Amino acid sequence: MNDMRIMERKVDTKEVKIAAKDVQVYYGDNHAIKDVSVEIEDKTVTAFIGPSGCGKSTFLRCINRMNDTIDICRVTGDIMIDGEDIYNPKVDPVQLRAKVGMVFQKPNPFPKSIYDNVAYGPKIHGLAKNKADLDNIVENSLRRGAIWDEVKDRLHAPGTGLSGGQQQRLCIARAIATEPEVLLMDEPCSALDPIATAQVEELIDDLRKSYSVVIVTHSMQQAARVSQKTAFFHLGHLVEYGETTTIFTNPVDPRTESYITGRIG
Amino acid sequence: MTDASMTPATAPKKKSSLLVQDARTRQRNAAETRFRMFGMAAIGVGLLFLVFLFTSILRSGLPAFTQTVVEIEFTMTQEQFDTAESKMLKTGEYQKIFVNALTEQLDASGLDVAFDGKAIERIVGKPGGTIRSFFLENPDRIGTPVSFELAASSRVDGYMNGRITRDTLVDSRFLMAADLDLVDALEDAGIVKGAFNWNFITGTDSGVDNPGGAGLGASVIGSFFMMLVVLFLSLPIGVAASIYLEEFAPKNRWTDLIEVNISNLAAVPSIVFGILGLAVFIQFAGFPQSAPLVGGLVLTLMTLPTIIISTRASLAAVPPSIRDAALGVGASKMQSVFHHVLPLAMPGILTGTIIGLAQALGETAPLLLIGMVGFVAREYPETFLGGLTDANSAMPAQIYTWASRADPGFYEKAWGGIIILLLFLITMNAIAVLLRRRFERRW
Repeated sequence: MNDMRIMERKVDTKEVKIAAKDVQVYYGDNHAIKDVSVEIEDKTVTAFIGPSGCGKSTFLRCINRMNDTIDICRVTGDIMIDGEDIYNPKVDPVQLRAKVGMVFQKPNPFPKSIYDNVAYGPKIHGLAKNKADLDNIVENSLRRGAIWDEVKDRLHAPGTGLSGGQQQRLCIARAIATEPEVLLMDEPCSALDPIATAQVEELIDDLRKSYSVVIVTHSMQQAARVSQKTAFFHLGHLVEYGETTTIFTNPVDPRTESYITGRIG
Repeated sequence: MTDASMTPATAPKKKSSLLVQDARTRQRNAAETRFRMFGMAAIGVGLLFLVFLFTSILRSGLPAFTQTVVEIEFTMTQEQFDTAESKMLKTGEYQKIFVNALTEQLDASGLDVAFDGKAIERIVGKPGGTIRSFFLENPDRIGTPVSFELAASSRVDGYMNGRITRDTLVDSRFLMAADLDLVDALEDAGIVKGAFNWNFITGTDSGVDNPGGAGLGASVIGSFFMMLVVLFLSLPIGVAASIYLEEFAPKNRWTDLIEVNISNLAAVPSIVFGILGLAVFIQFAGFPQSAPLVGGLVLTLMTLPTIIISTRASLAAVPPSIRDAALGVGASKMQSVFHHVLPLAMPGILTGTIIGLAQALGETAPLLLIGMVGFVAREYPETFLGGLTDANSAMPAQIYTWASRADPGFYEKAWGGIIILLLFLITMNAIAVLLRRRFERRW
């Protein structure tokens, strides 16, 4: 663990963006998330770590209600974004997902051009008034996704023709094109090589300025590198949540310690 | 593991050589070789049957595209015309003029064969009517040389293309052995010859005693209008149903039941759909009998399960990550389906639809039940709407009707009809392949 580079960054704000209280998730009879309560801060990268099947991805998918697409999935408890319950029947999940962007484990660009990939979100949400506006949004998003220089000459080439790391950054650019407030990332680097991973991590660190970023990761080194807050999940429970430095250097719960030292998981 | 099954630890392990195949490997390789042989044999047998099928179809069907004709040019004088028109049996008079012209030309060629009007009737039917109606319609052609091309009777046709020989011919009122001498002489004089039978492609069905005049044209139109109905009903209904079932419907007992029943419908014999169409569309709803509209409706019912099953399969084959991606950027369910999933599933949907249409195009049994039998196709529809509602037949039903007629001349017409039907099917399948390639390349 000596080689870990723990970020000592000053967190800009302590404002709570997402507040979850007593969240339970069931897949049919399987109780996947048990009593999870957590407060996620704005302009912070929060990492969810834990062994496979511990429920961290499931919890992440609750935050933008992607679990709604799974028939047998049932969520109880409250998840508030800016003080509003997102499971309120008045909330339209489509509107919610425009506010809470998501990047998936496997890069999944649409089988369309790079331009269309990024422009799709703004188009369906009516963010651009005209073509020039849209071009602007696309360029800005690609720049923020740290991929503009690589693709600016082939915006109309298919997005699926890019390399894995480029595809993932394209997906991040696509997610931020809709101007979300929260960015959820479900193991965004698990399919990437170390160099692409480093690029994406740098990007995540940069995105923290504007968004509340929640990232699920299997790599503890990655959690340590990019996040300010870390939550450790185990068997559906949120075992420990706190400053990343604290979690990795001085964990309170013995399970956390066992996991980060490699004894369980 | 029990102790008995364990090898004694003391036995020295023999070193094996990679250069020598052990018995197990030999056995495995032999099994693989055997399997390949079976595979190749199966493909060989399949190809053999295909070749056999195509040769037999072409050999029996191609004669339908040629027609033996009697072509003769003669001049009708005004005097002859007036005389003929003043007679009681007008067509008989015209026939005499025709026979005279024939005799003159035979004499001019130096061929001397004795024949009478009856023999001519056996060879070209009764030409008098045709000649009379031509001159009644074109009175200005009287006095000028006019060339007539008259279809020879089916037995003469059979004699010309080898179906009937002098040995097999049995004298009857249809054709006498002596007539064949006349046919030979006429052929030598260049009056009897083979010609491409356009009438077979553009014509309509003829009476049971006139295979020479039979054509598939009206039935092709009937089939075309049916396919229009099938396409415009089954594609939207089928695709909408599959999108709903695959993407929106909750997975519960009801949707399971619907799914099982759709699969069952695909296996229902087509004649059942025919009876259903007869009962529902004709007897209950009062649609006209033998109308391509009703045929199209029945075939739509038959095609729907095929389209639904293939559409659902191609929708299910679209990777879920695409749906996640669309939902993740805030697209609604419908937007994710119509903007992303459907375009990706398009090649599969189109292929399924065209295959379904091709199946419907070849369907016979239900058409017979709703009255679209071959002999109905006696004329072309006059208007577009008439194409849907006027009594007509369809290609396979027409072929069936011809095949069941007694005159052997219809036998080759049936085979010829099969050639045309197969051409349509091959074209449709080729379009399916092309569309599939084209749409796949775009992504």
